[in-house]
Amino acid sequence: MAGTLRGAAYIAGAFEHPRREIPDRTVAEIHAEVALGALADAGLSLADVDAYYCAGDAPGFAGLSMADYLGLRCRTIDSTETGGSSYLLHIGHATAAIAAGHAQVALITLGGKPRSGGPLPGSDVNASGAPEAEFENIWGTSVLAYYAMAAQRHMYEFGTTSEQLAEIKVAASLHAQHNPNAFLRDVVTVEEVVSSPMVADPLHRLDCCVITDGGGAVVVVSPEVARTLERNCVKVLGQGEAIKHTTLGRPDLTHTGALWSGAAAFEEARVSPADIDYVSIYDSFTITVLQTLEDLGFCAKGEGGRFVQDGTLVAPFGRLPFNTDGGGLCNNHPANRGGMTKVIEAVRQLRGEANPAVQVPDCRIALAHGTGGALSTRHVSSTLILGVADA
Amino acid sequence: MPELPTRPPRRTDETAPFWDACAQRRLVLPRCTGCAQLIWYPRRFCPACGGTNIAWEQMSGDGTIYAFTIVRRGQGAYKDVSPYVLAYVELDEGPRLLTNVVTDDVESIRCGQRVRVRFDTAGESDAIPRFEPATGTQG
Repeated sequence: MAGTLRGAAYIAGAFEHPRREIPDRTVAEIHAEVALGALADAGLSLADVDAYYCAGDAPGFAGLSMADYLGLRCRTIDSTETGGSSYLLHIGHATAAIAAGHAQVALITLGGKPRSGGPLPGSDVNASGAPEAEFENIWGTSVLAYYAMAAQRHMYEFGTTSEQLAEIKVAASLHAQHNPNAFLRDVVTVEEVVSSPMVADPLHRLDCCVITDGGGAVVVVSPEVARTLERNCVKVLGQGEAIKHTTLGRPDLTHTGALWSGAAAFEEARVSPADIDYVSIYDSFTITVLQTLEDLGFCAKGEGGRFVQDGTLVAPFGRLPFNTDGGGLCNNHPANRGGMTKVIEAVRQLRGEANPAVQVPDCRIALAHGTGGALSTRHVSSTLILGVADA
Repeated sequence: MPELPTRPPRRTDETAPFWDACAQRRLVLPRCTGCAQLIWYPRRFCPACGGTNIAWEQMSGDGTIYAFTIVRRGQGAYKDVSPYVLAYVELDEGPRLLTNVVTDDVESIRCGQRVRVRFDTAGESDAIPRFEPATGTQG
């Protein structure tokens, strides 16, 4: 059956941990806090949950330790781990489980505290016997360096400039000033971004996301459950996921897996980029946003630099308002994984509950995108398209 | 310029022919004898066609910088050698290898620049393949 998941499930609850530095909680406690927060937002309780989803940030044995800790009684469990994009895949997988009749109420949690302890992002990610490890880690690689090489190649092929990349950080900072919980709330200028220290050419310090403790959770429910809830539920319209890897030693650094995950999500949702009112784009680095916007079809390949100029991304009146919470670049990148917060802000926009200064008027269809792994080597992209109830 | 950290590679049976050749200052890649696919990183099978007959083929050692970054603050063993260049070098034979470009002038490195392989001694008898700008053809 060439099925579609359009409308097969709704996001009924969403919760972002309000703190950005949490030394007094364990990672398990952070997962529990956001689980309870999202369930309360939905008007549901732990006893209603019959499917649980978490990724590599969850402590213990896959999802099992957390399911035990939370006291869940689940018919479905899924600990798919694709780094920062995991939670967008989880929403797609939960929607499929609900469509198959295997679940009614799916809980998805993220939590971590890299700011107050634990490994820093960019330490060797392949130390676990991965087949590629010995051909990569001996060269002084890092996550930052991998993204920097993608930026360098994009500049070489298309003439993209540091000032254009900086426009992305500037837009995020304009949004973060309205978010009382944002880690960085100061508005920055293009000049400040390009004059911040170079960390891995051509990326400057202010091209990089923040490192924060924190977490978030969402609750995905069946249409039947959604109808019983008082809360304004957001409809799942489509989800796509794609792997991009080094293709036997011929990696193309100018595009991401969004090229494929986006196409799949748009097809399932039966919408096009022109229909999207708001986007949450994974923003580990400014280049991540620029390449993703191109790959999703918001502009032609190579034109991302020009596209983001002149306030295109600035809410509420830019052509394509993005990351209105301040994104990973300014607000929050909990556990070094930005996918969950991308979804949460898209839900806020569709509910009309974003910070008033950045709420997009009549926001009906939103897109959230996650990138897990690294540009330049291998990553999993996931694109999620959400809509208001009658979209 | 401080020397870049060089430790002996960790071999497996699958990757030993690559590292053994490096120890002899030769850059060899596996090629599928069934579909002629040149494979990187090394495998004992061909992901392109599923074949299991692999021949190790010597490369010219010449290539072009496909992408690079100048790492300004290295980590771990690379902590004290910054700035240094991490790059994808596209071999003239096609595959793009992650490596370092060794140079006294990191600011001069460019995409499209011609480079040539060099082998840095690792441990007692091993070597790892880095690249350096090809003489006379910079830019």
